[in-house]
Amino acid sequence: MANTQVIVGLGSCGIAAGAKKTYEKIRSLQEAENLTFDLKQTSCVGMCYREPLVEVIDETGSYLYGDIDENKAVEILDKHLGQHSPVKDYVVQTDLFETSDNDFLKNQVKVVLRNCGYMNPESIEEYETREGYKAIRKIANEKLEQTAIIQEILDSGLRGRGGAGFPTGMKWKFAYNNESDDKYIVCNADEGDPGAFMDRSVLEGDPHAVIEGMIIGAYATGANHGVIYCRAEYPLAIKRLNIALDQARKKGYLGNDIMGMKGFSFDLFVKEGAGAFVCGEETALMASIEGKRGMPTKRPPFPAESGLWKKPTNINNVETYANVPWIILNGAGAYNKYGTEKSKGTKVFALAGKINRSGLVEVPMGMTIHDVIFKLGGGIIGNKKFKAVQMGGPSGGCIPEYLSNTIVDYDSVNATGAIMGSGGMIVMDESTCMVDVAKFFIDFTQKESCGKCTFCRVGTKRMLEILNRITEGNGAEGDIEKLEELAYQIRDNSLCGLGQTAPNPVLTTIKYFRDEYEAHIRDKKCPSMVCKQLLTYTVDEEKCTGCMVCLKNCPVDAISGERKQPHVIDQESCIKCGLCYTKCKFDAIVLS
Amino acid sequence: MRIARIKPEIKTEDQEAVDLSLLNPLIEKYKNKKGNVIPLLQGAQEIYGFIPRQAFKKISDETGIKLSDIYGVATFYAQFRLSPVGKHIIKVCHGTACHVQNADTITDSLEDALKVKDGETTEDKLFTLESVACLGCCSLAPVMMIGDETYGKLTGSGAVKIVKDIRIKEKQKAEN
Ligand SMILES: Cc1cc2nc3c(=O)[nH]c(=O)nc-3n(C[C@H](O)[C@H](O)[C@H](O)COP(=O)(O)O)c2cc1C
Ligand code: SF4
Ligand code: SF4
Ligand code: SF4
Ligand code: FES
Repeated sequence: MANTQVIVGLGSCGIAAGAKKTYEKIRSLQEAENLTFDLKQTSCVGMCYREPLVEVIDETGSYLYGDIDENKAVEILDKHLGQHSPVKDYVVQTDLFETSDNDFLKNQVKVVLRNCGYMNPESIEEYETREGYKAIRKIANEKLEQTAIIQEILDSGLRGRGGAGFPTGMKWKFAYNNESDDKYIVCNADEGDPGAFMDRSVLEGDPHAVIEGMIIGAYATGANHGVIYCRAEYPLAIKRLNIALDQARKKGYLGNDIMGMKGFSFDLFVKEGAGAFVCGEETALMASIEGKRGMPTKRPPFPAESGLWKKPTNINNVETYANVPWIILNGAGAYNKYGTEKSKGTKVFALAGKINRSGLVEVPMGMTIHDVIFKLGGGIIGNKKFKAVQMGGPSGGCIPEYLSNTIVDYDSVNATGAIMGSGGMIVMDESTCMVDVAKFFIDFTQKESCGKCTFCRVGTKRMLEILNRITEGNGAEGDIEKLEELAYQIRDNSLCGLGQTAPNPVLTTIKYFRDEYEAHIRDKKCPSMVCKQLLTYTVDEEKCTGCMVCLKNCPVDAISGERKQPHVIDQESCIKCGLCYTKCKFDAIVLS
Repeated sequence: MRIARIKPEIKTEDQEAVDLSLLNPLIEKYKNKKGNVIPLLQGAQEIYGFIPRQAFKKISDETGIKLSDIYGVATFYAQFRLSPVGKHIIKVCHGTACHVQNADTITDSLEDALKVKDGETTEDKLFTLESVACLGCCSLAPVMMIGDETYGKLTGSGAVKIVKDIRIKEKQKAEN
């Protein structure tokens, strides 16, 4: 009989939640007590909100345990493995009985994430047993033509997952059509959108799927060199990619005459980014690989004609490539049966913000935003009121609650003024100030602008100044119109996508939350009580213990009071710095 | 704009004698490779924790890449530092998810406890406080990273405690 397996999730999120300690505890117990089970590791299944996760697979089935610290791990080893009685209270997912989170995985369709959390990402053998490298083998065995593969990808309807949604098959065709001795294929793993982590999870959880996708892309387009441009903030992803590349080379999936296909030679390496959001833009990305400042350049020429080192180049996103082996293996028809008319297949979303189940989900295109957030995401933390969801990061926008029946596909999301983007969904509740969110994104793009275009460089700065003014209570009538005018100018006069889309967060928040802007400007109030300068600070006499901490910290001596007596804030001299609020240990400072 | 990242002053006392010979294997490895500027700078920073002025000169002299080109690249990317940093770099995430989950409080509390401003190094040279945009652990927001260790679901006081614990450990190490 096969041994019981104990599998610990060691993705970045798991490790941050303490999974390494859990793993070590289990390992040391196994050693000390000579227990016979197979201890394995995997990456993230997407249930980041339940990390650390430990799966136990025994002869009765699979039990996924959530929130497992060292103590709970000991209990599970003792009860489940020792006495064959699973600790039902900690099980979050199983096919054997009802649990709190069974519906999380049930409502998903896993294509891209087919292996994430189900295998050891550092083992090429495990990937192979899960149909890994079978697609490239199929191409070799059936002697599929390059054009046949491109046609299959075209038929599948796959569109680029990096943000713009350009049909992948068309891109490949362009690269294929350009004759050259050297051609490149590049994977964009820069994932700069702050708040998105799909690509990290895929690279950490299933690096071989991305590599296999790239090998197929290289074969189809005729590329002989490949580069994965990965941001340096993802050390674990880089490590696992390099392990996977070594394994793939040893097994002959990379190198000369791959899988016996005469003349098909291809190798690829990982290039670490150096911290610049604009390098996610494809021309800047190539400049960065060439060792230059990552500044975008004019298109045309498109990368397919003249890209990296002036050679024809095909660039796709991590998730795009991860889809490819599945499509080749299962056929375009199996893929495009999911989705809507113009957006086929599935999409991975990274849920974060004020949502109960923050993590990764993969759903067929066409599901409503509401279902993603409530059916899968479990709704809003503390049952607060759902206000908006931000999609598309700095290039995207905020979709208000009343439009949450919008379905996720490229065109429907675009119609709201946001964009699908790479798949980050930041959920916001009533305690999020939309003006503050707009300011946050403009601050980001303003800092990340490469500085080449005047409107992007100076215009975003002017927008930031106006937003700062508004959130500090110095907004004036006409500021909203000024923001809009600047927004249109920046949009129309910028060279690359960064500038062209930078105004979106402001435009969508003005469109859907104009009243919040007006409250800040006219009434000098922040309805969500976020903008510090617009709040009034008072002391709750009931709660105040008279500890004098606030008094000592107030930079302008606006607080008075005796020891053990309730303190008072003089509203005239208070400069609304918020220090007293953060310092008071008794929640006695009230905001209004 | 990205160029604003250039620190206005580079203190010469920070640039004390560094052992430039440490650069030799690195330069040897990348000397005639195309696209080598970024790996050279990343390697130099790996060695010294920052990129000393003399290192720029040596790399330029020995590879034939123009000094201005190397400097241009170094000042474009957020990763490169031109002055020394503390032993531990505290990267507080200010990505979207962390921002809406009160990342400001984390930075405020750490500024307060360490008596430095964002971007500065503590007097004992143990810590440098930095803001970064998204560490990819948004589901655990607010998040910070010290060395290779990521800490999630932080509160202001929780973050301060983590840093203080590291300081205590460092003190004990120094005493032994
Ligand atoms: C400012 C900016 C940042 C971008 N960042 C990324 C990114 O982090 N990851 C990504 O895959 N695409 C990013 N893109 C899109 C790429 O330019 C490119 O369209 C994409 O990599 C193409 O891959 P796809 O066709 O598979 O989507 C960015 C674009 C712009 C303008
Ligand atoms: S739009 Fe902005 S980021 Fe893009 S090239 Fe112009 S200045 Fe640079
Ligand atoms: S810190 Fe809080 S409890 Fe202490 S005196 Fe101030 S308001 Fe009162
Ligand atoms: S908000 Fe700042 S200035 Fe006002 S009372 Fe509190 S500590 Fe003093
Ligand atoms: S926003 Fe902080 S980790 Fe992503």
